[in-house]
Amino acid sequence: MTLQDIVELLEAEVLYEGADLSKEVPCAFSSDLISDILMCTKESTLLLTGLTNNQVIRLADMIDLIGIVFVRGKKPMQDVIEMGKERGLPMIATNMTLYRSSGILYNAGLRSCRI
Amino acid sequence: MQDSAAAEFEMAEYWYIKPGLEEQVKDFFAQKKEPEVVLQLDIPEKDFNIAGKGSSELKNLLKRLGVNSEVLRRIAVASYEAEINVAAHSRGGKMCSNVYDNLIYMQFRDNGPGIDDIEQAMIPGFSTADDLVRELGFGAGLGLPNIQKNSDALHITSALGNSTLVEIIICFT
Repeated sequence: MTLQDIVELLEAEVLYEGADLSKEVPCAFSSDLISDILMCTKESTLLLTGLTNNQVIRLADMIDLIGIVFVRGKKPMQDVIEMGKERGLPMIATNMTLYRSSGILYNAGLRSCRI
Repeated sequence: MQDSAAAEFEMAEYWYIKPGLEEQVKDFFAQKKEPEVVLQLDIPEKDFNIAGKGSSELKNLLKRLGVNSEVLRRIAVASYEAEINVAAHSRGGKMCSNVYDNLIYMQFRDNGPGIDDIEQAMIPGFSTADDLVRELGFGAGLGLPNIQKNSDALHITSALGNSTLVEIIICFT
């Protein structure tokens, strides 16, 4: 499954032009708590979250995030989008909830990341 | 380890050393070697635009030095959690990373107010984070447990009303 497939499955909006959506996504993790995300992510992972502040981008400096899906119709401010763009981190936003987004991707065959 | 306690404060202390590494940690403190690289940065109080930047810088530095990616992730996570702790819970402080040929020794020293009960702070899920901090996605009560999980040695010294010093050692191999 690629990020482009995920954009379609979640009817998502790509948050900046030129984001690389061709990447293969091996697994995903969903959480709104930063320490959970740090503790549970040991491999290249797609993150689904309702957090939109700059610390969610800082996370991507510490661990290997393949992209971020912002859920529940939340979108980060422009400066946070710029931070992600500088890092080449694909970011998409969906109106779906965290539960629904995760369920759709799981049903489509995207496994949970190893914790 | 450093003796930063003023006599009038009752010090609380916490030690963790990964089983099997006791000798290595003891040797490290006994030898008092000069670090090869030192990175020192300020951590301002409650400034979450800045918080995390120090750990990013540290990670980039270690990446250039060729540290293995799994070790790098552990250092980055421990450093970031400790940096956020200083920003979220203290009156600000400093982080100082000493890089040696075989390990990294990191110090996070804040300007108070100190931890009342370190054992309690180590319990996963226990948090004293305020609403501002929680809104940003912190306050899961996993900061210190997460640091320990990723560290080879962790030493915390604190006293209520005084500063807290968190020392972390992570070996490169």
